[in-house]
Amino acid sequence: MSAAATAEPQGVWRDVVGQGPAVAVLAAAAAAARSRLARGGGTTQAAAAGAEAAGMTHAWLLTGPPGSGRSTAARAFAAALHCEDDTAPPGCGRCSGCRTALAGTHADVDVFATEHTQIRREDVEPLIAVAHRRPSLGRWRVVVVEDADRLNETSGNTLLKSIEEPPEQTVWLLCAPNVDDVLRTIRSRCRHVPLRVPPASAVAELLQRRDGVDPAMAEFAARAAQSHIGFARRLARDEGARIRRRDVLRLPSRADGVGRAVIAAGELVEVAQEEAKAATAERDATERAALMRALGAEGSATPPPAVRAQVRQLEDDQKRRARRSQTDALDRALVDLLGLFRDVLVVQLGAAVELVNGDQRAEVERLARASSAEDTMRRIDAIRTARTRLAGNVAPLLAVEAMALEFVPARPGPRGDR
Amino acid sequence: MPRATAPRTAPTRPVAATAADPHDVPAAPVVLLTGPEDHLADIALSSLLARLRAQDAQLERTDVAAAGYLAGQLATWASPSLFDERSVVVVDGAEAAGDAFVGDVTAYLADPSPSTVLVVRHRGGNRARKVLETARAVPGAVEVACQPLKRDQDKIEFVLGSMRRARRRMDADAARALVDALGNELGELAAACDQLCADTEGTITAEDVRRYHGGRVEATGFDVADAAVEGHAGRALALLRHASATGVVPVLVVAALASRLRTLAKVGAERGRSADLARDLGMAPWQVDRARRDLQHWSAEALGEAIRAVAQADAAVKGAGPDGDFALERAVVTVATARGR
Repeated sequence: MSAAATAEPQGVWRDVVGQGPAVAVLAAAAAAARSRLARGGGTTQAAAAGAEAAGMTHAWLLTGPPGSGRSTAARAFAAALHCEDDTAPPGCGRCSGCRTALAGTHADVDVFATEHTQIRREDVEPLIAVAHRRPSLGRWRVVVVEDADRLNETSGNTLLKSIEEPPEQTVWLLCAPNVDDVLRTIRSRCRHVPLRVPPASAVAELLQRRDGVDPAMAEFAARAAQSHIGFARRLARDEGARIRRRDVLRLPSRADGVGRAVIAAGELVEVAQEEAKAATAERDATERAALMRALGAEGSATPPPAVRAQVRQLEDDQKRRARRSQTDALDRALVDLLGLFRDVLVVQLGAAVELVNGDQRAEVERLARASSAEDTMRRIDAIRTARTRLAGNVAPLLAVEAMALEFVPARPGPRGDR
Repeated sequence: MPRATAPRTAPTRPVAATAADPHDVPAAPVVLLTGPEDHLADIALSSLLARLRAQDAQLERTDVAAAGYLAGQLATWASPSLFDERSVVVVDGAEAAGDAFVGDVTAYLADPSPSTVLVVRHRGGNRARKVLETARAVPGAVEVACQPLKRDQDKIEFVLGSMRRARRRMDADAARALVDALGNELGELAAACDQLCADTEGTITAEDVRRYHGGRVEATGFDVADAAVEGHAGRALALLRHASATGVVPVLVVAALASRLRTLAKVGAERGRSADLARDLGMAPWQVDRARRDLQHWSAEALGEAIRAVAQADAAVKGAGPDGDFALERAVVTVATARGR
């Protein structure tokens, strides 16, 4: 077994935190890949055949909950495949192969990510062409598809043939939250590597080491983000994100009547919209200016008729992106609320586990006293329903309102007869 | 570019074509049919053609779509023929015309052929605006405004006007009933008028209208929501069926219900003068007053239940349930019966 499985991950695997078993599998595969290449060069045939059986293949599916580091793991694997230092196990993290692949500048590593809700066929067709090119540096052509769960039936089936039988030195790395989220036909053609939720301590350690966050803040952020690495980092570094989270967590106590619940729900959706707008507005303007320059229409307020179609297409794309970022922001808020009620339940049941929202202990205890465990379960169900509805394109405001109504404290008196 | 001759009209003077009634369009070198209402444009075109045919039975008519226009075609159609026959060129969809069309028409309008009537149909928008401006400046040009009739009163006028032209009499009640039943589409309304004239004798009464168009009501999502919030389950259901039969999509009904209930909830949570409240909540004062009247019959629990039911219906309509229409009907009934509880 390689050292990566037991000891602290090293080299390119350093940022893949808390994923010992997965890293072991990928590292072994990278070693096998190296010996296969070497055999191609005509040396150590027998050894290579053995190593190859241990596991290099042409299509991989990395799954794990959001924020567990799927794309980081995919990049690390791509880097290990391109590691040029033959004296150590692949993935030294120091050679130019490792460094360029990790930085996303390696010529033979293509990362496809989408900012829309779906990956369309037009998006994946260029990937197939890329996959059929020989690697320019003679090692592997790696195509990473983040969010493979967003492939729809058409685009998934377009990739099928290429994933099943790519050229000899091409490797597909697909990332998705869950095996079930990926088209069955794609799933059956990939080798599956599951990632798990990393322990909060590992995430905190990563924040300290990589982002220079101080230990107390790192601990708080990792816990509050429920080990979602990206969000933990944002919480740790962005004051605005911490304020928004606090506002979100205050929603249940503000919803003390039907009317207040509806108003609070409206504000929550508005905050999500604003967050999305803040994240995209500046980019939208820059992109539009760049397009106008490219079309030779720089400086004109309204695009000339001949290029209007292209401008409109860009605007449609931006609208789709804004929509997704709004849903994402809202979903994130709902996850925060789930964490809050999880804590309430922990207190109500007297379980001896740590709170996710340690900083909100007073609020958690107040909610726990004011309601029964039964109420809490009902509320958790309501939040989950709202998340499902959001994913199903229900009007966001309506879905959140229906959820917030469950936070309204029961009036004393007969109410359970409904 | 140097000009050989001085322009006939000073460019600064505001120019306007003679406005014409769609039912009485005079012959002119150029006739503009501007505005989105196709039915009025159809009427105007037929009245123009009838007049031209009365003058010359050998009228030559050319129909073209501006979108597919190729440079130079206009010269072929509009040039005077050997025997000096009258001709009419009808250009449809000028709002989607390309540069070639705009250029040719502008050139042609500088010196229009005396034996040709050019009819330009433009549904609105800024494209090919130049054609309209140039055409309006042509001496004797005629423009027919084809604006949609928005107010019910205008539609009633329209019905009564077509009755007058058909030399028939119609009760005011009858006209109102007809507009209620078919008011959304002017073409349908006109066709119904013709049909009523053909099928009845004497003065047309509300009874006649009910006999032929009685089963039909044009309902919107808001009508359904109003009926449900006011507690009329039966009427709300009937309106919902009418709405879906006349093409209102379920999503719109859900949105109307949700917005009506949301207003109730928000208004119910606040105290104070309606004008202040209206400003704070971003609504019109009458909405606040109406919500307050409704709230006398709505308890907080009932409101919560209604909103939950509508959210569930929205999910079902968007594909989470087996039958969106049924889920919506159920939500409407839930809302209507929750009132007063």
